[in-house]
Amino acid sequence: MPPDRVTNVKIAGVGGMGVLTSTRILAEVFFRRGLDVKKAEVHGMSQRGGSVCSDVRFGPKVFSPMIPAAGTDFLVLFQDDQEPIYAADCSPATIVLRASALDLSKLKNKRALNTAMIGMLSREFAGVPESEWLAVIRDIFPEKLREANIEAFALGRHHA
Amino acid sequence: METPLNQQPAAQPRHFLMGNEAAALGAAHAGAARGTGYPGTPSSEILDEFNRLGGKAEWAPNEKVAAEVALGVAFAGARAFATMKHVGLNVAADVLFTAAYSGVDGALVIMVADDPGMASSQNEQDSRRYAVAAGVPMLEPSDSQEAYDFTRLAFEISERWKIPVLLKLTTRVCHSGSIIVPREPAPPAPPRFERDMRTHVMVPGNARPAHRRLRAKLAEIAAWNEQNGPNILVAGAAGAPGIITAGSSYQYAREAAPDAAFFKIGMIHPPPLTAALAFAASVKRAVVIEENDPVLADALRAAGGKIEGAPEMFRFGELSVSRVRAILAGDTTPEPPPPKAIPPQLCNGCPHQRSFTTIKKLGCIVAGDIGCYTLAAAPPLSAMDTQICMGAGIGVGLGLRHTLPRAEARRVVSVIGDSTFFHSGLTGLAEMAYNTPATGHVLIILDNSTTAMTGQQHHPGTGWHLDGTPARAIDYEKIARAMNIETVATFDPLKDADAFETALRDALDNEKLAVFVLKRPCVLAAVALARKTGAKS
Repeated sequence: MPPDRVTNVKIAGVGGMGVLTSTRILAEVFFRRGLDVKKAEVHGMSQRGGSVCSDVRFGPKVFSPMIPAAGTDFLVLFQDDQEPIYAADCSPATIVLRASALDLSKLKNKRALNTAMIGMLSREFAGVPESEWLAVIRDIFPEKLREANIEAFALGRHHA
Repeated sequence: METPLNQQPAAQPRHFLMGNEAAALGAAHAGAARGTGYPGTPSSEILDEFNRLGGKAEWAPNEKVAAEVALGVAFAGARAFATMKHVGLNVAADVLFTAAYSGVDGALVIMVADDPGMASSQNEQDSRRYAVAAGVPMLEPSDSQEAYDFTRLAFEISERWKIPVLLKLTTRVCHSGSIIVPREPAPPAPPRFERDMRTHVMVPGNARPAHRRLRAKLAEIAAWNEQNGPNILVAGAAGAPGIITAGSSYQYAREAAPDAAFFKIGMIHPPPLTAALAFAASVKRAVVIEENDPVLADALRAAGGKIEGAPEMFRFGELSVSRVRAILAGDTTPEPPPPKAIPPQLCNGCPHQRSFTTIKKLGCIVAGDIGCYTLAAAPPLSAMDTQICMGAGIGVGLGLRHTLPRAEARRVVSVIGDSTFFHSGLTGLAEMAYNTPATGHVLIILDNSTTAMTGQQHHPGTGWHLDGTPARAIDYEKIARAMNIETVATFDPLKDADAFETALRDALDNEKLAVFVLKRPCVLAAVALARKTGAKS
């Protein structure tokens, strides 16, 4: 992927699964790397248990906060059944990461699935050291949720 | 995948902020003495963030009251702002139109957040029409940096020309994150009151010259906007089209047409018409790219500009990079319907699922209102028959009662949420007590002790202020009794479900004038409140 290109990540789940928190972690990691970053989120009515997705885009210069049609590089699905909704956002080149790839029985805190998915996504960016992801996770979560999310991140990052 | 770029040291302090956070920071750095508003997606986070930054922030019962309080702060020489969603400006419009005449002593900024595409709204009205109609300046940021910069500029313009200023946000500015670099904060303006009935008392004798003063101010501001306004020119490649745009449309268009020339308007009212026309004349093809109504395109055409607007189909919904490409290509192929997503629904464990089950069981015609409980209109409950705007459930319910044959009229109930009741239900209740239908009427207040839909904000009935300090909660039963309602009772929708059913059946069958309060906290807010106060849940 050429270095002047914008990377497009779409994170999708349903209301209450922590899509917004994952979006924040992902955007923050690349913000701290000095890149231009934009994100687009859904708040309000659509959050009430309905389908929710966020776009995160980063690169040397980003204009639209939303990913253009078929422009998604990574589709991160907290729930596999959400995939068809995003067909028009994806292309054959899109890499799809599904929650079903994880052994969820190993996830101690079920509410940390979102951070496990960030762990899975983190492997796609070989040049970003694990420590940078962990630093953001430590900063974002309050103390009592910190360990559970670090564990969930590790589960996603190191899954088979 | 390779790391897209190596880490670059940041030259200046930079922050990654949502547009709403950036606007709040802009207000704090502009020295705003007070922020007030009524929650409404996508504007709701601005005041909470302003409070978090140390600003004085409060939730008003509705947008009109918020705008009035903010105007009072500005009459006292200080800087004030009010936040609301687009439809909230309808409620505050009465203040806006005459505050434009009176002007302000300090500064007054009204932040209004439009929702093109209606992610969480009942219409997609275009607030730019209000700037034109009221005759006030309007700034439109396109990202978080501009949300910060234009907020500060809005306060400066308001103070310089003694005029209220509108800051127009949209969902994609409010709820998108991007990088901002802030500036040195400005010192606050010391409050003072100067008695000046000529500008503060808008009786006809004072308002006539005030209208002339307003138009003179706008002419000055228009001249300033032409020369020094926050408008950007971007040179294009030879032969590329020229795009005239504003707000988030600019971001989509820059990406859709990287070679195009741009005239990007930051202050959209009064518009920099001369500069825009000169730009249009400098390019082979000038296209106006704007979201919702053709406000800019109409203004430029009326001024004699040779410009292209977007085909009518693009007036509906949000723009995007793809839609801008289609506009530029003249592609009017019908767009595919959006994919079927899981629609929003009442939360699992929401106590008011039970409330609606009873209402439905008794075969009621339900005049509903705005809030989470509007989701009861969706299957499987399908328990709402009308929904228009804040407070309309009461008036519409009364109109139905007045008009339908008796057997149907006596089945009509009005349903309203607690926050909506304070927003626009009090006057509806007065109407119900005053022009009572022959069959009586039943108003059901679904009290979940929060403004739930917009993210659990407090209101005059919750017992808490925005900043978390305790307030005196207003009692619904006392209000109803003071308004001469004969039958008034409060039930827990879960524990007292049978008692509520009996009372509702009795009120409907015996044509009573009744107010029932169904009180049980929102499951989400109860958790948040317990966390905040350290109370046991």
